[in-house]
Amino acid sequence: MTANPSGWRPSSPANAQGEATTVTGNRALMLEEPLLFEIGKTDQTGVDFADLPTRATRLGGLERSRAIGLPGLSEPETVRHYTRLSRQNYAIDLGLFPLGSCTMKHNPRLNEKVARLPGFADVHPLQPQETVQGALQVINELAFWLLDLTGMYGVAMSPKAGAHGELCGLLCIRAALEARGDKREVVLVPESAHGTNPATAAFAGYRVENIPANAAGRVNLEALKARLGPDVAAVMITNPNTCGLFEPDMKAISDAVHAAGAFVYCDGANFNAIVGKVRPGDLGIDAMHINLHKTFSTPHGGGGPGSGPVVLSEALSPYGPLPFAAKYPDGTYKIVEEETAGEEHPNAFGRMVAFHGQMGMFTRALAYILSHGADGLKQVAEDSVLNANYILRSLEDVLDAPFAKSGPCMHEAIFSDRGFEGGISTIDLAKALIDEGFHPMTMYFPLVVHGAMLVEPTETESKASLDQFIMAVRSIAQRAKAGDQSLKAAPVHAPRRRLDETLAARKPILTYRVQEPAQAAE
Amino acid sequence: MRYLPLSDADRSEMLRVIGAGSIDELFKDVPEEARLQGPIHGLPMHASEMAVERHMTALSRKNMVAGDVPFFLGCGAYRHHVPASVDHIIQRGEFLTSYTPYQPEIAQGTLQMLFEFQTQVARLFGCEVANASMYDGSTAMWEAILMAHRITRRNKTVISSGVHPHYVNVAKTLAQFSEDALATALPELDAEPDTGRLIGKIGQETSAVVVQYPDILGRITDLTPIAEAAHAAGALLIAVVTEPVALGAIKSPGEMGADIVVGEGQSIGVGLQFGGPYVGLFACREKHVRQMPGRLAGETVDAEGKRGFVLTLSTREQHIRREKATSNICTSSVLCALAFTAHLTLLGEKGLRQLASLNHARACEAADRLAAIPGVELVNDSFFNEFTLKLPVEARPAVHALVERNVLGGVSLGRLYPGVEALQNGLVVAVTETVTDDDITAFEAALKEVVQ
Repeated sequence: MTANPSGWRPSSPANAQGEATTVTGNRALMLEEPLLFEIGKTDQTGVDFADLPTRATRLGGLERSRAIGLPGLSEPETVRHYTRLSRQNYAIDLGLFPLGSCTMKHNPRLNEKVARLPGFADVHPLQPQETVQGALQVINELAFWLLDLTGMYGVAMSPKAGAHGELCGLLCIRAALEARGDKREVVLVPESAHGTNPATAAFAGYRVENIPANAAGRVNLEALKARLGPDVAAVMITNPNTCGLFEPDMKAISDAVHAAGAFVYCDGANFNAIVGKVRPGDLGIDAMHINLHKTFSTPHGGGGPGSGPVVLSEALSPYGPLPFAAKYPDGTYKIVEEETAGEEHPNAFGRMVAFHGQMGMFTRALAYILSHGADGLKQVAEDSVLNANYILRSLEDVLDAPFAKSGPCMHEAIFSDRGFEGGISTIDLAKALIDEGFHPMTMYFPLVVHGAMLVEPTETESKASLDQFIMAVRSIAQRAKAGDQSLKAAPVHAPRRRLDETLAARKPILTYRVQEPAQAAE
Repeated sequence: MRYLPLSDADRSEMLRVIGAGSIDELFKDVPEEARLQGPIHGLPMHASEMAVERHMTALSRKNMVAGDVPFFLGCGAYRHHVPASVDHIIQRGEFLTSYTPYQPEIAQGTLQMLFEFQTQVARLFGCEVANASMYDGSTAMWEAILMAHRITRRNKTVISSGVHPHYVNVAKTLAQFSEDALATALPELDAEPDTGRLIGKIGQETSAVVVQYPDILGRITDLTPIAEAAHAAGALLIAVVTEPVALGAIKSPGEMGADIVVGEGQSIGVGLQFGGPYVGLFACREKHVRQMPGRLAGETVDAEGKRGFVLTLSTREQHIRREKATSNICTSSVLCALAFTAHLTLLGEKGLRQLASLNHARACEAADRLAAIPGVELVNDSFFNEFTLKLPVEARPAVHALVERNVLGGVSLGRLYPGVEALQNGLVVAVTETVTDDDITAFEAALKEVVQ
């Protein structure tokens, strides 16, 4: 066993740039950090409590006798532990984060401030309704903005994230079909769809069938029409789609789907491209989730929490889930939940979460929306599309852009790895971007483009930031086309070199145990 | 507009590079008739930071703040003190504004934190492994039912009468669309839950038994006989923990034989927030890990042999498996998981045990004083920091009458179980370390008036 349990190896050879090693393994501001379980102690604590009264317990004879194994740290050690860890993360606060279909835009700090107002942060979900009128008003105001921006009829606010919203939308569709005694079994999904779409349809009890794309990266309308029939419950469309293209036939698609007695679900992940410019309700959409953590700037937080309200057409609104906030003519707000649902919302398909949804995200999203207003949101869509097209046209001579010929893109630009030589692939370009100080784009998605690179800059990037990114990608793309093998070693400047994912999956180590360190896969 | 860096000069220059005459040319794929001209009519225009803050502050003041009054609500969300450093840590931009760690070389902070979180959750629950979090406790419970279905290849689930009714409703809702049959029951205002009746429902077709610990009325039951009965029938035991602080005082479900333990992590680090975002906890036996939903951080090494962490076993997930995935969940609740793990790191085992003792001591004191009010009975024999009172009057109006006396005095069972006559006088009262002697005195005085 190494004397240093924290993972870094003081004896590691100098890296490719010939930097000298250090005895600590640290490199100036890049500080290594052991696991909590290697530095904490179970009798250490960073919280002070008043002296405890001693008295008999009423724990049903189930007092915990065995040790739990939870190490603690004092406050300074805790702050340092997490601060050091934080510095091993890339973040939108540090630079351009061009993950396609993820909409990594700036997270305004006003949002954080208002979400922490005691009147929002320190309110219990089961408080009597007369004590939470402000919270209900927030939900209601946000709901009205979402309806106005989408041109839809109703909105279910409780889904916890995009995929949860998809599920909510499909369950509304299922409930509507069943209400008319129509048992349908199939959901059609374009092959370019996010993986969540087919997963959600299966979760909702449907069989999934793919519909092909045409050469221009759009849904093949004729193939779709040919497949529609009395067994199809819904079509799940992403618009703008995952190739960064608007579906110009959207209205025709909706009309065909409706004529066949089915519903149109729209994945709203890419709403940022059209917010304030186009209303999905005008295109015949029946249900669409809105990722508040994308278009409306609530922070991604390293992978959640998200928030996925679902806007609904008039046909689907009666089936939306409980609970929801309703406004009454006297200006008061009420939570419609199981108790009164029988009178006020009798066709609800049920309940999706324990409480009211992601209140902390609602306050942030409302602050964002109010800050922009109708004019600012329109500008958001325009600038996000402008930034993406600027990248598309600035890179199309060095990277294959499969759909560039057919015209402008929306909020994201897609490229392929065609023309890379010497076994260099998309992942090598992506990892080299890390060394240049950028987060890579979405890689190998959508599946319909070979070695896909999906770049979504968002509207919160300046022209200078885009120019620097373009310069970096151009340089790396030229190396990739020349078959520069050093790209395969990238990244060399990140906190870690490429990690062995095969090993991690073959012998999963998911919790800390005192054990031999992992060995590289052969 | 303060969040938009492009100037008009930038826009013109960029349009020139693109070769477009106007921004509208970039929207040419949008059919003319669907394109809006100008900002959407009737909506307000952009506003200053000061104006927005003023509006939001005014809305926030229309709520009664839990910390401003004697406060005794629980039933799935608990008010605990969160150390100031926790909120500082989760506001580090590198955590707050990062994405799901798909590029592990530049996401080791989130990945190591999640690995530590998984370890803490597994140890707290007495399980071998845990995932990187779920949406919340209620969705975690439904995912556990589906997981048991996959493992046992059976689809009948027995849910104890002590499980939070909202959690049960989530499961009932989703079971309509899967092939799962749920046997549910209503609780009764008894000192002990009827474990015998629950065990009697377990059969050879049962996939899982779901038990909340402590239960919705605050009662604490030994899970061992339920686990034995479930295992004897080839079924799994799923335990649901809505107040994980309790596990600083009482045995973990894993110790008593639970196969899957899920929970709501809100009470450690996250705060009330009117119900969300919260953080679902999910732990199980190692042999079942490939059937577990959600994200997982795992240990590995990098090209230089240094220890590092990655998202792993993603072949279970929707972005690879599409319609064959174990779950459709894409996002977890990582920032709330960070709040949970940072708070639990500050506490450590010593602090968690102290916190739990303090909660229990406060709850014992409050229970005795409230049950001494004429006509008020304490239902529970056992409890941790939450217990049920049987009032001589209906509890639902009593809660409103308490609000008029500036006390947030618990959750009425009438709200949770509308129309169930036998439960209408039940009031569930939670007492955490944040409750002072004065709070208990005020509640006692107000309740005395209300029940008279």
